[in-house]
Amino acid sequence: MSEARQEAGPLTGQKWKKPPFIASPWLRYGLLIAVVIYLYWTFNTLPFNWDRIAEGLPRAARIFGGAFPPSFERGELMWTGFKESFQIAFLATLLGVFLSIPIALMAAKNLAPMPIYLLGRGIIILSRSFHPVIVAILFVAAVGFGPLAGILTLTLYSIGFVAKLLAEKVEEIDWGQMEAMRAAGAGFFKTLIYGVFPQILPRQIGLSMYQLDSNLRASAVVGIVGAGGIGSTLMNAFGRYDYDFAFAILILIVGVILVSEGISGWVRKKIW
Amino acid sequence: MVEQTAEFTTRPWTRYSRKERWIRFAIYFITLFAVVWAIRDIDIFWPWVWDAPTQIQNLGGRMWPPEFEAWSAILNAMLETVHIATLSTLLTIFIALPVSYIAAQNTTPNRLTLWIGRFILVSSRSVNTIIWALLFVAIFGPGVLAGILAVMFRSVGFIGKLMGEAIEEIDRRPVEAMEATGASRMKVVLFGIVPQVMPAFFAIVILRWDINIRESTVLGLVGAGGIGVLLQGSIDTFAWQTVATILLAIIVLVLVGEALTSLLRKKAL
Repeated sequence: MSEARQEAGPLTGQKWKKPPFIASPWLRYGLLIAVVIYLYWTFNTLPFNWDRIAEGLPRAARIFGGAFPPSFERGELMWTGFKESFQIAFLATLLGVFLSIPIALMAAKNLAPMPIYLLGRGIIILSRSFHPVIVAILFVAAVGFGPLAGILTLTLYSIGFVAKLLAEKVEEIDWGQMEAMRAAGAGFFKTLIYGVFPQILPRQIGLSMYQLDSNLRASAVVGIVGAGGIGSTLMNAFGRYDYDFAFAILILIVGVILVSEGISGWVRKKIW
Repeated sequence: MVEQTAEFTTRPWTRYSRKERWIRFAIYFITLFAVVWAIRDIDIFWPWVWDAPTQIQNLGGRMWPPEFEAWSAILNAMLETVHIATLSTLLTIFIALPVSYIAAQNTTPNRLTLWIGRFILVSSRSVNTIIWALLFVAIFGPGVLAGILAVMFRSVGFIGKLMGEAIEEIDRRPVEAMEATGASRMKVVLFGIVPQVMPAFFAIVILRWDINIRESTVLGLVGAGGIGVLLQGSIDTFAWQTVATILLAIIVLVLVGEALTSLLRKKAL
């Protein structure tokens, strides 16, 4: 057997080759050509301002020169910003988590009748399709600069995520308990409180922790368009070419996010 | 034995033990305290809160009906948004793959490279795309390049982390077999590791492309190209009906992107 295989090589003159990842050669080379044409096309049509870009390197050197060493002098301003970011994230998470419960129940196929189901799904899709920053500028336009716009934005953002996953959880609940309660003559709200909620509560708490963490990240970003928090402080520092202060803020943001990620991961591990 | 049973039968049933109850009360109390503190301390002008529903309705009224006059400019900006997302995803691959190689515990050459890899991934992920964009706009000026770089710098962390995890989960036996035959490092990677992580690679890149489309829609708000530039311009000039059209266009784009990625995932994997 092994001799026969060894001889097959020289006899047929064939060498072993790795089978290609995409079997059809047409598709394989077609994809490659398509990528090359796409790259050529985009680099030709996109409006790159090469002169301005060429100035980039000295400018980068200047910015980083200005940013080092990071200045923690205005610590009070930084503290105010972070405190506000935390407050925004916290209030928005609470609000979003509470509002997401009725919406998740509406968007669960096994509980809600068809029109209500569609309404619930519609709310979820709508609140998920926009990046929080876009929602934030709309709220800033509607209710003015400051943390209120941030809270409204992140509440909507939380509803999109928490309600979606919670609705999936509601659709997976053990139906036996519901049937038992209905057979005993319990009304809709009693089955909800004693049949559904105990089954989805652990998931809801885990999701809330995750959402608090992700809202804390997002609150730094929505501030850039004027919705309060540390993002507003960062944007002001950038606008005033205060790069050493901006760099200090960036370092702190990264630090805070790492810490909050650690805490929320630890809590969720405890719960789940 | 008998005494014990007696004790069990007389003890009233409780759902939580004493300690659990105390912990629960402590958590409730801390939460309540934090809420009160946050609401009292936060810098909100309360009359605006009560006014907010009216203001939001008002804004909605000004947006209706959407105006489609500027559709060709919107279409162009949309195309630019898609280009930013696609180009940055393509280019990220070249950076993310080597980083994931050194950030995976079983392929990294030594401890130092492992930590370098981890550091790159963490710092990339913990800075948001918008903040990266802010930085690159300051360096390279407003425009598409700043946007592409911002999305790239953010995606490296995402793709690199997930690829690193995929590499850590591979079957070690083919790799060992190849090492035993004396294959070079390059060949081991190419024939032992790459085929195993290929499906994960495509899934991750497709997923990231979908995310990048959403991210690219907001880059323009800090001047980094795409539909956001148009959106910011329309908001600044109070052209609310155009804003409505742009928002509709973004919804369509995101839905199309989602449909396309789910189709690709089904076909390719």
